[in-house]
Amino acid sequence: MTAGRVAQVEPGQPAADATRPARRQPEPPHRRPRLWLARLDTKASPYLYIAPFFVLFAIFGAYPLGYTFWVSLHDWDLLAAEHPFVGFDNYSRLLGDGDFWNSVLNTLGIFVISTVPQLLLALWLAHLLNRQLRARTSFRMSILIPNITSTAAVAIVFGQLFSREFGMINWALDLVGIDAIDWRNTRFGAWVAISTMVDWRWTGYNALIFLAAMQSIPKDLYESAAIDGASPVRQFWSITVPMLRPTIVFCVIISTIGGLQLFTEPLLFNSGPNPIRGGPLRESQTMTMYMFENAFAPHFNFGYGSAIAWMLFALIVVISLINVLVIRRLGNSTRKQG
Amino acid sequence: MSIFPIYWMFVVATRSSDAMGQIPPPLTPGGNLPGNIERLFNNPDAYFLTGMINSAIVAGTVTFSVVLFSSLAGFAFAKLRFKGSNALLLVIIATMMVPTQLGVIPLYMLMSQLDWNDRLAAVIVPALVTGFGVFLMRQYASQAVSTELIEAARVDGCSTLRIYWNVVLPALRPAAAVLGLLTFMTMWNDFLWPYAVLNDPENPTVQLSLRALSNGYYNDMSQVFTGTALATLPLLIVFIIFGRQIIGGIMEGAVKA
Repeated sequence: MTAGRVAQVEPGQPAADATRPARRQPEPPHRRPRLWLARLDTKASPYLYIAPFFVLFAIFGAYPLGYTFWVSLHDWDLLAAEHPFVGFDNYSRLLGDGDFWNSVLNTLGIFVISTVPQLLLALWLAHLLNRQLRARTSFRMSILIPNITSTAAVAIVFGQLFSREFGMINWALDLVGIDAIDWRNTRFGAWVAISTMVDWRWTGYNALIFLAAMQSIPKDLYESAAIDGASPVRQFWSITVPMLRPTIVFCVIISTIGGLQLFTEPLLFNSGPNPIRGGPLRESQTMTMYMFENAFAPHFNFGYGSAIAWMLFALIVVISLINVLVIRRLGNSTRKQG
Repeated sequence: MSIFPIYWMFVVATRSSDAMGQIPPPLTPGGNLPGNIERLFNNPDAYFLTGMINSAIVAGTVTFSVVLFSSLAGFAFAKLRFKGSNALLLVIIATMMVPTQLGVIPLYMLMSQLDWNDRLAAVIVPALVTGFGVFLMRQYASQAVSTELIEAARVDGCSTLRIYWNVVLPALRPAAAVLGLLTFMTMWNDFLWPYAVLNDPENPTVQLSLRALSNGYYNDMSQVFTGTALATLPLLIVFIIFGRQIIGGIMEGAVKA
């Protein structure tokens, strides 16, 4: 049908003129500017369509990004009248700042104990969902529901589940004979509680992505492996996991970026007079929280805060690279074995 | 496991605040919901109703504009030929990698200069179009929109804008729905940037209202949970109606990325 339409309007075909008199009627002087307009339209309009992104990105994305780096080279106290240039002083001060390293430790700790179980659990869930199950859609929906709930709501609800005196988790632990744990005021307790919130919200999302990738693995690979006598467990490790490698890399990197930026969960988990400190002894203050503490209330030091932001970015890049290298090596060794 | 905390949230929302201290914890709904809602809306610290309205304005505006601008740009990248398109697309993908944290401080300074602090514009304007949206639309458009149809329309004398409106946009509708839903959820749930830029307690988004509610020295937990439940309910309804499309969108987007 489309081909017919193209043929109809081909120049020099009288049949086309006959069927579309209205189009062909205008006189030559009118046609020339319209052609010129049409050419301008095809040449220029693509730029017009992509312009909103680039204009907004330039103002609210690129400019601020470069500007943070510039600010981080200054002693930029909001309340001071002048902002003297200090070079890399903010960065060297940061390297000797115990509270900064504490926040790095917390960020990495929470990141590791949330990401590792989360991705393993997601892989396992996806594996289960990949089999033919009844009510598959409702299963998929229920594992994704945590992801649509806001982080703030999750943090508030889990904050109650993990409360020391009346929390349901301590109550359940008590039933099996374990003493109540002070989730808020011990470092490891706070890490576990915050990791639980993160896992609860993101495991289903990762499982769905793994599931999508699993479904694109050719079925005959499994069939021939079964004929060769490979057990389901062996099939999982020798076919599914290696074939999923690009997707695993993708999920690991997404989780790294998200996990290292953690802010809302620890902030809302800590209530009271100074939640941005992450508990009385900074037990769960992440790097983003430390950035906020320095850049906004109470310190309002934009220069120091910007330096922290750049250190965070550097850490994300470094950890992502390490992840990719580790996964690549893991994949190679399984391939050699197989 | 995945449903229980949400279920429990709704249970506590319908009970009195004693429910939190009871052992064993109650697991069936009670009859206190109307009273909880009334106290929540009258809570002088939370401005909860304002928060809900503000979030609806922010999420609605941003969703409309992200879908419009992303589909226009996605169409251009997928189906129109122009110089530098590959390089520009690469720039867009690169912008997706940069963490938001890096931009918070300078963006805050920019907002101060524009005098937008404490205004919804500060939350809305920087989000009007996203690299993710453009990329998603381009991926979908390069498969779902037939090039022959576009060429036919062009030979018929359509301007590119008309082609976009009459040929491309209808074909993009499924992807536009997914992008719209994801954008709405993200904006409704966003915390970090509103927390940085909206400091006036009388003009919060709904997530900031929740924060104000739960941060008091004495907390009426049934009231707080009514707040979290009301803030979650719109998304839950949307998800139950459009769940299939959202899941499909996430799975498809992930495999192609």
